[in-house]
Amino acid sequence: MDALPVSVDTADGPPPVISELAALFGQDSFSLQPVADGIPTLWVSAGDIRRLLGFLKNTLIAGYKLLFDLTAIDERMRSHRHGLPDSDFTVVYHLLSFDRNDDIRLKVALSANALALPSICDIWPAANWYEREVWDMFGIVFQGHPNLRRIIMPPGWQGHPLRKEHPARATEMEVFSLSEQDQAFEQEQLRFVPEEWGMRRHNDDSEFLFLNLGPNHPSVHGVFRIALQLDGEEIIDAVPDIGYHHRGAEKMAERQSWHTYIPYTDRIDYLGGSMNNLPYVLAVEKLAGIRVPERAQAIRVMIAEFYRLASHLLFYGTFAQDVGQMSPIFYMFIDREKVFDILESISGARMHASYFRIGGVALDLPHGWEKRVAEFIEYLPRRLDQYHKMVMKNSLIKRRTQGIGAYSRAEAVDWGVTGAGLRATGFGWDYRKARPYSGYENYAFDIPVGKRGDCYDRCAVRVEEMRQSLRIIKQCLQQMPAGPYKTDHPLGTPPPKTAALHDIETLIQHFLNSSWGPVIPAGEASVTIEAAKGLNAYYLTSDGGVMSYRTRIRTPSFAHLQMIPAMCRGMMIADLIAILASIDFVMADVDR
Amino acid sequence: MIDTGIGSPAAIFGILLSAITVSALLIWVERKLLAVWQDRIGPNRVGPFGLLQVAADMIKMFFKEDWIPPFADKPVFVLAPVIVFATMLSGFAVIPFAPDVGVVDLNFGLLYFLALSSLSVYSMILAGYASNNKYAILGGLRAAAQTISYEVFMGISVMGVVMLSGSFNLRQIVEAQRDGWFIAPQFLGFCVFLVAAIAESRRAPLDLPEAEQELVAGFHTEYSGMKFGMFFVGEYLGVTLSSALIVTLFFGGWLGPWLPPLLWFCLKTGICIAFFILVRGSLPRPRYDQLMAFGWKILLPAALFNLLATGAIALTVARI
Repeated sequence: MDALPVSVDTADGPPPVISELAALFGQDSFSLQPVADGIPTLWVSAGDIRRLLGFLKNTLIAGYKLLFDLTAIDERMRSHRHGLPDSDFTVVYHLLSFDRNDDIRLKVALSANALALPSICDIWPAANWYEREVWDMFGIVFQGHPNLRRIIMPPGWQGHPLRKEHPARATEMEVFSLSEQDQAFEQEQLRFVPEEWGMRRHNDDSEFLFLNLGPNHPSVHGVFRIALQLDGEEIIDAVPDIGYHHRGAEKMAERQSWHTYIPYTDRIDYLGGSMNNLPYVLAVEKLAGIRVPERAQAIRVMIAEFYRLASHLLFYGTFAQDVGQMSPIFYMFIDREKVFDILESISGARMHASYFRIGGVALDLPHGWEKRVAEFIEYLPRRLDQYHKMVMKNSLIKRRTQGIGAYSRAEAVDWGVTGAGLRATGFGWDYRKARPYSGYENYAFDIPVGKRGDCYDRCAVRVEEMRQSLRIIKQCLQQMPAGPYKTDHPLGTPPPKTAALHDIETLIQHFLNSSWGPVIPAGEASVTIEAAKGLNAYYLTSDGGVMSYRTRIRTPSFAHLQMIPAMCRGMMIADLIAILASIDFVMADVDR
Repeated sequence: MIDTGIGSPAAIFGILLSAITVSALLIWVERKLLAVWQDRIGPNRVGPFGLLQVAADMIKMFFKEDWIPPFADKPVFVLAPVIVFATMLSGFAVIPFAPDVGVVDLNFGLLYFLALSSLSVYSMILAGYASNNKYAILGGLRAAAQTISYEVFMGISVMGVVMLSGSFNLRQIVEAQRDGWFIAPQFLGFCVFLVAAIAESRRAPLDLPEAEQELVAGFHTEYSGMKFGMFFVGEYLGVTLSSALIVTLFFGGWLGPWLPPLLWFCLKTGICIAFFILVRGSLPRPRYDQLMAFGWKILLPAALFNLLATGAIALTVARI
């Protein structure tokens, strides 16, 4: 178990897609880059990219239907680039094929004086927000994009934050002051002009009402704004506006050591706690070539499933609450407290445990953990039965959510929907089954699916996932392997203290790792996990330093929110609230 | 029927005071009951069992800045909460608390109640309009549509009771239940009236005009301080009034063995109020169009059927 995928791919040779592409576009239309995660990584020219992406999605048999991620890297300060094409800014397209169960990464090199690429919004509707984000963060223009405006930063922002020359710390900037003119300018920028959002003020019959739902509203789960174009209570159009929860997590990663960045990941999907640590530490371990002991893997699985339970329980309660049922959230909070009690007794913290470490976990399981976990997996199923009667069988809930906000599997994939939202369309694809990580292949569990892809099914899938999580936790309890809880690899952080007190070599290692942080070998790796809200990936680029060169966080909620307009047109305001509730997003996960 | 107790200054003052006190106390009762049903503790910091929470809330509301948004229509904005408060309070005038306790004994008491209940909707519409806020106007529109529709079913649903008792006088309706509460022969009418009463008092799950998750606070989004307090207490007055009326019409009012009539009346009303709170704690909110469809497609035919059937049976019994 836990064979490093790098070796797998080099042993088998390149995946078939490479030869298919070579046959069609010619061997020299791209060059291959070796990466630590084994995902075929191709450098292609800006002129070819649209053709290639269109081919990979539409023409290729068992094609790459999901635009998993679209991001960029500022390469100008990177020193370890041997053998790679010259590039100031690299745009990265990460695609996923469900049929092949394989990924592909396409890279386009851009020079600083010609930062432009053709847009692919017509190939993938999901590309819209990703391209806007890349423009916002790097200043790369996507020609033909319908609405290339800032998405995360405020409209009047100067500069592109993820460029290397953009300051990352307040101390690198001048003292902030807001003059009268600046304030007036900022306020003017915020003025709502329907035409700028692509909305008409009236049609032949009626004048529309524009309702600004959010950024502060009881049902938007954080700071999220939707501009609604209403005819009476019917939604003609909706335009989501994000960025109010942006903390610059990706920029911060370039200023934190590999080890000290872990607590920041907890707060990306802040309901997922340590589950967020998992893709990050797995990616660092891939870069460093660390093998994680079996016990640490099993502990990680168990903790991740506990956090999935905590996240889903909160979803379940708020889902009922948002359609006007007041009480379930209180019962589910009680259960969630029990989950946190267990997590606290294991890790010492509740919501943001930062429990995972490079090479293992922070602490071994405490004495008597089995008892508490066993009690809980006895307790929760009975409660879930009650909730099923209370919420899922309630005819008013059914009327409010069945057939509302429905989409097909093809639409979901086009928009980049993953997780329970995708499985609700009847497509049983779970990353834990398709590409087991951290030892998920050792656990028996089912993939719950829905039928109609509506709000009700999205909830039903998550409810069943909780039972499956309990199954996995039960297996963790029964077959928890003995052995060390962290690796003895020199880059594992922090290294075992016991050895450090006995020989000078580990003492030096311990000292360096604790003061500087570990030096992770140069390279690139991306690791995806099935997080509580969908596919969550960390794409790390190391330049052989104590800090990450570039950290890209692909979060599920970002893609999901983009689909809201398509889901709610022609519905009523109350339906929009049900749709928002069924998506299960947190804004920290969207804006990062 | 003229009793010395009815209409005396002491009775009027006592009823006015106890109606407001009970409504204010309901803030605590509701929070505590919901807490019990939701496995929580509820208010327990201020005074014994958190009872003084009501006082604390009141003091807070009284001393808040009396703020009117600059964009609001000021006279109407101020008038709106007064309407709901005044109409609900005047509704208590016809409630027959006990044979010798009440404010007035009107021959058209039931009609008077229905009229006041219709008047109270102006409060929501005007509040929504005067606030000059989009959430408020949506709430006001919902309130108008919902209240006006449900008034229809409410009016028709009580006609069965009127037929059986032969009077619009609430005291005579109570007296007519000496041989049996009207809940049994008028069960269908009771059901319609109950739903309509929840809708009329805009309580969850039929609180669409303020639907927190959708419209933030609906028609009273812009209200704060004592003006909000009037809406707040007005809602509880509405609950108390509806409960009192349900008890009068269907549960024999003050009638009951052993205990004094007034105590019986209060006991029954209390249970009814608790039921209102339980409904709020357990049911989700239907969508606006679903609520309207439910009213016009199910409640209206049910109320009409009840009216016809009661009429037919009453005529047949009279013939025999």
